[in-house]
Amino acid sequence: MYGALWRVLPGPAWLRALIMVVLAAALLTALVLWVFPWVNETFFAPQDVTVEGQ
Amino acid sequence: MVLVDGRVARRRAERRKRVTLVGVLGEVLITGGVLVLLFLGWQVWLNDIVVGGQQENQAVEQSKTWERGEAVAPAPVDRPDPGDPIIMASAPQDDVQFANLIVPRFGDGWTRPILGGIAVNGALADGIGHYPDTALPGEIGNFALAGHRTGWGAPLADIGNLTVGDSIYIETEEGWYRYVFRTFAYVMPTGVDVLEAVPENPGLAPTDRIITLTSCNPKLTAAERIIAYGVYDTWYPRAGGPPPELSPLIQAMAG
Repeated sequence: MYGALWRVLPGPAWLRALIMVVLAAALLTALVLWVFPWVNETFFAPQDVTVEGQ
Repeated sequence: MVLVDGRVARRRAERRKRVTLVGVLGEVLITGGVLVLLFLGWQVWLNDIVVGGQQENQAVEQSKTWERGEAVAPAPVDRPDPGDPIIMASAPQDDVQFANLIVPRFGDGWTRPILGGIAVNGALADGIGHYPDTALPGEIGNFALAGHRTGWGAPLADIGNLTVGDSIYIETEEGWYRYVFRTFAYVMPTGVDVLEAVPENPGLAPTDRIITLTSCNPKLTAAERIIAYGVYDTWYPRAGGPPPELSPLIQAMAG
């Protein structure tokens, strides 16, 4: 998978490495901004912190 | 001959590098594991820092509007008795900020908004919630608050670090009410006694001004509730300047 990506990318090794770092940073940004908040709201119920009658 | 052999060897190596089902599956699984770890790190750590920072900014902005533009020097340590505290005129509205919680033990410059009600997607998502129908800041009875210990900005993440004698300040438009932390209690989620006007003594008529903070316990779970009790000490009317103990916070806000 990552090997295939490495071969598909153009340019010398340093440029490929740079592109992969940029791709990883973009992926991380998208995860933190949109994917993680969505997963959190969809699959995790808020923890109860209050006391209340049954 | 040597050259040709080298080329053959390289071609063989490339062939070995070619995609195999197991290889791809392994990479997918490792990627999935890394993603799950990233999510957990985000959920319990990074997101609390981000959301907590937003809550702190909200509290600071609100405090500045209460200041009405007048920068006031901290009140002198030696000051005349301020008398009985002024109580806000009307009960807080649901999910609307009416006060700030300031606890020096939680860090210099630590402040969080207090909102009316304890709605999970309202007050508790934006800061600290105030149990409806409990006392107001400075009022005789029990001023009861709830806040997350993990997640949603984790305003009460460090509640377990409170030490007897620690200041708990409530800032409102009127000024700062100082409560002093006294003790913890640990109850089941149904332990509503802690919200009584005299905590754990239903039916008794209150004579003291109590503050009660509730959060979840043990940390990261919601099996029990940790309760922090404090008693009212004094108050600082806004015109007389903030409590001297809050100088680091006031400086951080000005900067």
